[in-house]
Amino acid sequence: MIRIDCPFCGLRDHSEFSYGGDASINYPPLDAPAEQWHDAVFLRENIRGRQLETWQHTSGCRMWLNVERDTVSHEIFAVWPAHRGYGRVLHAEKENTE
Amino acid sequence: MTARRLSTGGLIDRTQAVDFSWDGNPLQGFAGDSLAAALLANNQRIVARSFKYHRPRGIMSCGVEESGALVTVGDGDRRDPNVKATTQELYQGLVASGQNAFPNVRFDVGAVNNLFGRFLPAGFYYKTFMGLPPFESGSGTGYWMWCENIIRKAAGMGSASRAPDPDHYEHGHLFCEVLVVGAGPAGISAAIAAAELGLDVLLVEQDALLGGDLLGQSDAQASRDELLKALAASGVRVMNRTTAFGLYDHGAAGLVERVTDHITQPDPNLPRQRFWTVRAQQTIVASGALERHIAFDNNDRPGIMTAAAGRHYLNRYAVLPGQQIVIAGNNDSTQIVAMDMAAAGAEVTLLDARADIGDSTALKDAGVQIRTGTAPLSARGKTLNSIQLARGLPGAWQADEKLDCDALLISGGWSPVVNLISHRGARPQWNADNACFVVPEEFDGVRLAGSAAGVWQTQACEQSGRHAAMQAAKALGKTVSEAPGVSIGGWQTPIEPLYEINTEGRKSKAFVDLQHDVSSDDVRLAYREGYVSVEHLKRYTTLGMATDGGKMGNVIGLALMAEALGKDIPAVGTTTFRPPYTPVAIGALAGRSVSEHFRPLRRTPLHDWNLTQGATMTMAGLWHRPWYFARPGETINEAYIREAATTRSSVGLCDVTSLGKIAVQGPDATEFLNRIYTNPFAKLPIGKARYGIMLRDDGIVMDDGTTWRLSETDYFMTTTTVNAAKVLTWLEELLQTRWPELRVHVTSVSEQWAGCAIAGPKSREVLSACVHQTRAVSNEALPFMGVIETALQGGIPCRIARISFSGEMAFEAYVPSDYGPAMMDLLYPQAALHEGCLYGLEALGTMRIEKGHVTGAELDGRVSIDDAGLGKMASPNKAFIGSVLRQRPELMRSDRPQLVGIFPKDRNATFNVGALLCAADEISGMGEGWITGATHSPELGHWIGLGFIKGGVDAWQSKIAVAADPLRDQQTEVEIVSPHMVDPSGERMHG
Ligand SMILES: [Zn+2]
Repeated sequence: MIRIDCPFCGLRDHSEFSYGGDASINYPPLDAPAEQWHDAVFLRENIRGRQLETWQHTSGCRMWLNVERDTVSHEIFAVWPAHRGYGRVLHAEKENTE
Repeated sequence: MTARRLSTGGLIDRTQAVDFSWDGNPLQGFAGDSLAAALLANNQRIVARSFKYHRPRGIMSCGVEESGALVTVGDGDRRDPNVKATTQELYQGLVASGQNAFPNVRFDVGAVNNLFGRFLPAGFYYKTFMGLPPFESGSGTGYWMWCENIIRKAAGMGSASRAPDPDHYEHGHLFCEVLVVGAGPAGISAAIAAAELGLDVLLVEQDALLGGDLLGQSDAQASRDELLKALAASGVRVMNRTTAFGLYDHGAAGLVERVTDHITQPDPNLPRQRFWTVRAQQTIVASGALERHIAFDNNDRPGIMTAAAGRHYLNRYAVLPGQQIVIAGNNDSTQIVAMDMAAAGAEVTLLDARADIGDSTALKDAGVQIRTGTAPLSARGKTLNSIQLARGLPGAWQADEKLDCDALLISGGWSPVVNLISHRGARPQWNADNACFVVPEEFDGVRLAGSAAGVWQTQACEQSGRHAAMQAAKALGKTVSEAPGVSIGGWQTPIEPLYEINTEGRKSKAFVDLQHDVSSDDVRLAYREGYVSVEHLKRYTTLGMATDGGKMGNVIGLALMAEALGKDIPAVGTTTFRPPYTPVAIGALAGRSVSEHFRPLRRTPLHDWNLTQGATMTMAGLWHRPWYFARPGETINEAYIREAATTRSSVGLCDVTSLGKIAVQGPDATEFLNRIYTNPFAKLPIGKARYGIMLRDDGIVMDDGTTWRLSETDYFMTTTTVNAAKVLTWLEELLQTRWPELRVHVTSVSEQWAGCAIAGPKSREVLSACVHQTRAVSNEALPFMGVIETALQGGIPCRIARISFSGEMAFEAYVPSDYGPAMMDLLYPQAALHEGCLYGLEALGTMRIEKGHVTGAELDGRVSIDDAGLGKMASPNKAFIGSVLRQRPELMRSDRPQLVGIFPKDRNATFNVGALLCAADEISGMGEGWITGATHSPELGHWIGLGFIKGGVDAWQSKIAVAADPLRDQQTEVEIVSPHMVDPSGERMHG
């Protein structure tokens, strides 16, 4: 079992989360050439070590999160909201309370 | 004279006699006994038969490492096989029996296996049956099956009850700053020290009593009492009878607490066991060390046990294991055992493989006979009565005289229990000075203390525990004074590695892994046959794969393999320890998630109402939904055919609450929907609904449903029942990770609305009688695909869309969930006026198959929008999710399986869902397609189906196909037709 520190809810068991996928993928525009879509959808690195991935806090705040995790040791280096705007709001909230 | 109970001493309560049954015979022990202690006190020497050779086995240890005394405890549906008698607490009325023996363990017919032992070496099964099925194709299946039957009966352990588990189990969750595993001197000291530093500490111990090794010492009761007093005062949470069976990432630990396994008649409200998940910030593992056996001829004879076990039976249970006791070892730890045995009145001989054992004055004063440079070569007697000695020469052993004895206590050295820290990925390293594997002191928040870290003396173990506590506190940010660490080891005279004793050329049955009957010869045979890696050795010989997980035998096996290879032990390596440390009952893992609680159950707000109307329910995903509403005397077939026919001729009502419902809201909601659906949504007017299909990125269909536009910025989306959660997650993913610029919020409102489909030519008449204003549902106010928000009579808020799944003129009406039954109480009497009916999933399925509407059965994750015959729903004028990859050449091939309708050629014939569609002249293999839905069509008056077939209708216009069902041995000739089998132009729903 790994534990993920949700920036909105706090430290929770991974059973509350769903794994999304590779967070390093930049999905192309909807009308991009087939080659770009092919690469974005089908090509994946099989990383041994630090990997950027998405998780959703499905049984919590339902936020999509970016998680930097070591695929060998399961060490988690950072967790932040996938949505830039939510990230900014959260950051501002924290600054205000501090 | 053999084993006997002493009249004084021990931690048992002699005022409380405990009656128990062993193999049908009534015996007596005392409160505080383990089953093994009580059996020993009753001088029961043979208590088990071995796995492969049916050799007699006795009690060999006093703990979880036991590989001899595996017994069956309980009877009937509570029969629990392979219980270690050494860890089973005795209770009044306990019923235990020997296993893997007929008629009993003392006289066992199967013991003839022992005579043929040389025919059953490592790899026996591979060699004998390789080339025969099931290992290879060819002939000989019958031979293997005949042999398997006999082998499985002859080799094995206890048999489990076939009845359902009558007990219940619970799951719990715990948090702490420091988890301490093991309540011996090191663990208790660590827990107290951590608590004194203000930390929240949880101490768990697998034994019923705290104290660990102190329980087996003759003079430690005062210091144990003192430790326990300090522990009680420290505020540490203590759990006994609780095994930490596994350590996991990020400080998680799995515990099993045995709540009632030691109680005669437990409170029925108590669970048998509790499975705890602990989240600890720091973990201290003080799990002790296990004493090793030595391989020599007949080293498994009843009467042979580890030295520390003998001492434990003497001091904890007041059972003297023999009268003429020989203690044999290679390290200092045997000396105190010899002293204790002699003090208890036994005649004691101490054999030590080492030439020099240091100062032995105290031993001699106690009357212990000492023979240095000596070891046991062979044990004699079905139950031990004597041993042949071996004298050590440089590099070899030489047979020596015979010595009578009734107990032989062995110490081949000590193995720290590094299992738990290994679960986390720490690699044990060989420490040659102490002849054992050790693990670095700290690994990812887990620390070892005491003999688990290779520290041998009690005082040093306590110090080691305190040191670990300080380090843990420091890691948690506490300011602590530096406590000195403790170096590993602690013996006066170094241990001399000793794994096997034999003389040149002498035949010997020397066991390495006693539970699986793996001998030293098996290890060497594996080496000779080329299995040189530890992992291969393990799998070829099954060494370490028994229920003890190699606690006793692994190190000896490694050492023998290293010797055969001419290498050092570190060069051979060690196998990986995996959870659980000791076996965990499946029931404990399942907890309360059994039978109807195996998965959650979802009921609609109309559930009780449906039952009142006589609904027979069925499972649809997690949902309980009406299947059909049988009238008195009706079968399911009669009921669904009537329901479908009535709906098509008059009107029917159906609970559709389980459909997924998502509120899509915000200024950019229109743009969002236009990107996720294949068809245009940019110009959907307010007050209109549209059927939509969404694809995955790879162009395969994900889901379908209708979306209703309620206002400029507010949409009400419905999804299929099974995909409700998946679609919501997908929309959230898109909005949060890909299109953060879209100002849209999605919310599941599935639980907020109760829904009813009103379908059939009389549906508008029914609905208009129930709404607040009749004209609200007129053809002008509510045309096909129209949406209104209105109220039912009595002011029940309601949203209605004129949409059809059945193909008839139909409406879906949604009211806030609590009003669901009230809505039905309005609708149903009106429907009854038109001789309408309620219909369930079966009739719903019939009507949608007649119309060729797809559901999850068709949209199975392999189907493109064109395969489903819905290609015209994919807009060529806009980009949407999946619009690029759906046009991959492979997905555009015209010979892909496409949705079709299916008629039996003989209209009286039928076929089954799941049947393969084959060309009439080639009924073999995977066929040309498959059937996804089948039903009797009341409208057409015969059996019909939906399915997929290569090339679709066009390719099969004049060809007969066969619905082949090899599993049910059925073949039906079929015609392939358009999937729109009833009212293909859709006149009825436009009405
Ligand atoms: Zn959260």
